[in-house]
Amino acid sequence: MQPIIKVNSLTKKFGNLTAVNGLSFTVEQGDVYGFLGQNGAGKSTTIRMLLTLIEPTEGNIELFGLNLKTHRKEILQQAGAVIEKPDVYKYLSAYDNLKLFAKLSNTVVSNARLMEQLDMVGLAERAHDKVKTFSQGMKQRLGIGIALIHNPQLIVLDEPTNGLDPQGIADIRNLILHLSREMKKTVLVSSHLLSEIEQIATRVLIIDKGRKLVEGSAVELFDPSQTLVAMDTTDNHSTLEQLKQSQWGSALQQQRDTHIVLKLKREDIPELHKWLVQNNIAVISLQPRHSLEDYFLQVTSGKQHVEAFSN
Amino acid sequence: MWKLFQIEVYKIFRRPRTYIAFAAITALIVIVQLGLKSDGKEYAEFIMSDLKNSIDVEGNIVNGYFVCYVVLQLLLIHVPLLIALIAGDMISGESNAGTLRLLLTKPFSRTQFIFAKFFASVFYTLLLLVWIAILALFVSILIFGTDDMFIMKTQYAVQIENGDVFWRYVGAFCFAALAMTTVAALAFFLSQFAENSIGPIVATMSVIIVFTILSTMSLPIFAKIRPWLFTTHMVTWKEFFDVKVNDANESIRGTVQHPERLIRSALILTGHIIIFLGVTVGVFKRKDILS
Repeated sequence: MQPIIKVNSLTKKFGNLTAVNGLSFTVEQGDVYGFLGQNGAGKSTTIRMLLTLIEPTEGNIELFGLNLKTHRKEILQQAGAVIEKPDVYKYLSAYDNLKLFAKLSNTVVSNARLMEQLDMVGLAERAHDKVKTFSQGMKQRLGIGIALIHNPQLIVLDEPTNGLDPQGIADIRNLILHLSREMKKTVLVSSHLLSEIEQIATRVLIIDKGRKLVEGSAVELFDPSQTLVAMDTTDNHSTLEQLKQSQWGSALQQQRDTHIVLKLKREDIPELHKWLVQNNIAVISLQPRHSLEDYFLQVTSGKQHVEAFSN
Repeated sequence: MWKLFQIEVYKIFRRPRTYIAFAAITALIVIVQLGLKSDGKEYAEFIMSDLKNSIDVEGNIVNGYFVCYVVLQLLLIHVPLLIALIAGDMISGESNAGTLRLLLTKPFSRTQFIFAKFFASVFYTLLLLVWIAILALFVSILIFGTDDMFIMKTQYAVQIENGDVFWRYVGAFCFAALAMTTVAALAFFLSQFAENSIGPIVATMSVIIVFTILSTMSLPIFAKIRPWLFTTHMVTWKEFFDVKVNDANESIRGTVQHPERLIRSALILTGHIIIFLGVTVGVFKRKDILS
C-alpha cells in the first residue's frame, strides 16, 4: 500500500536561515502520526509545505502517491487542516463558516449534514451564533469541523491543543482517536504537549533544527519495557569509550555532553550499576526515565531540555 | 472561479464596514442636494458671474443634470478612499484574520483566488458607482427636473441640450468605473504586502495624493511623467461634457470635443489595471504564507 505522505529530502531556506534541512519521512494510511520538535524546530514550516502554503527550496513531496507540485488541487481535495490557530470569519456564524468552507472545498452539503458535523464537534447548539462570541476551545472545534466537512482522507492538525483548557485538550484527543479508529482517517498532528502525542500517536517523528532525529512507531520508541537511563560520571568521555567496548554498547543512545543515555530493561539497571563499580567509574548520577517526554528531551538539543533532564 | 467570486462577494456584503461607504455617499449627496435646493440659484449666479455681461442664460439652470455634475466633481475625489477601504483589505484582511492560510489550503489555484478577489472588489466598486448614479443623477432629476445643461470650464462655458445629456452621463459613469477600478487594482496590489488593512489603505491614498499633485502641478520637470500617471486620467470623464461646436459656435449634438483624449486615458487606465493585477498574481503565486 502506498504511503499517504512521502517526503523526500525536503529543505526550506529563508535567506540564510535553514528552517527545514533535508527532511524525509513517510506517513502510512491509518496512522496517527505525531510530529514533535521544539519551538522553531521546523514543524510548522514542514506542515505549511505539505499544504502548499510555503514553497520548498529543495526536495519532493508526494501525497496519496501524487506529486504535490503537479497535482495540487486533487491532493488538497482529499486533505483537511487546522494550522496553528483555528481562524475563521468572526462576523459569520459557525453554520455559515462551515457552509462557506464546504463550498470552497467543492463539496455540496445538506443542512442536515452541516448540523451533523457541528454536532460531532459539539457546536450544534451554538450553530447560528457568531464566531466572535466563541471561546478558544469552541473555535478550535469549529476549525476541526471545517477541516472535516469535505470528508478528507488526510487530516493535518498543527498544534491543535494550543490555548485549550484540560477539558478542551481531552476533547481534541478523543476527537483524533475517533477520527482514526472509527472514521479510519490518517492524521498528522504536531504538538508540544508530548503526553498528548504519547496517548494518541501510532508513529512519531522528532525533528530538531529542521533535521530528522528519530522516526518510528510509538511502540518501538516508547516501549514501556525499555527504560532510558541518564548517567553522569566524573569523566563522561572515558566512560563512553568503556561502555562502547562492553556488553552495554548496544544500549547506548544519542549522547549529550552533560550525560550518557542508555536504553535498558529495568531489571538490567542493577547489573549496569555493578559493572560501573567493577570498572572503577565514578558515578555522579544514574536516573531511569521512560516517558515520551524524557525521550523527546533526550534526542532534542537545547539548554532548557538539558536542564529539564538533569532536574 | 465563479463559485469563488460568489463567496468573495458574499463575504464583502456580510461585513458591516462595507455599508459605511454607501452610507457616506448617501449623506454627502443628500447634503449637496439639500444645499442646492435651498441656495441653488445663488450658487449658479456666483459661478456664472464672469459671464453675466456677455450672455443671457434663461431657464432652469440648477436642474438634475447640473446637480449631478456638481456632485460628481465633489465626490469622485473621495470615492477612492471608500474603494481602498474594501480593496485594500481583500488580502491583508484575510492575512490579519488568519483565514488566508485556511483559504489557500482549499483546492483552487492562487491565480483563481486572486482573480476572484479582484473581481469581487470591482463588483463592489461598480455597485458603489451605480449607487452614486441613482442618487446623484436619478434622484436629482426627480427633485430638480431637467433642462439644458450649463457648465463652466476654465476659459469658456458649455451649453448642452437637454436631450443630449443623458448618454454623456452613461459614458462618464462608465469612465469613472474604469478610473475607480484602477484605484481598486492599486489598493488590491498593495494589499498582498501587508498583514493589516490600514497599511494598504493609507498607502493607496498616499499614492493618489502624491500622483495628483504631480498631475496638477504645471512644472516642466513633471511634464514627461504626467501623461503616464493614472491620476492624470482619472478626471477625463469630464471630456464627455465638452461639446464640439460648428462655425456659428453652436454645440453639435452627440459629439465630444476631444474623443482621442477619452480613448488615450481609457487605454492608460486599462494598462495600469493589467499591470497591477498581473504583478499581484505574479508576486502572490510565489509568496510564502507565514501569517
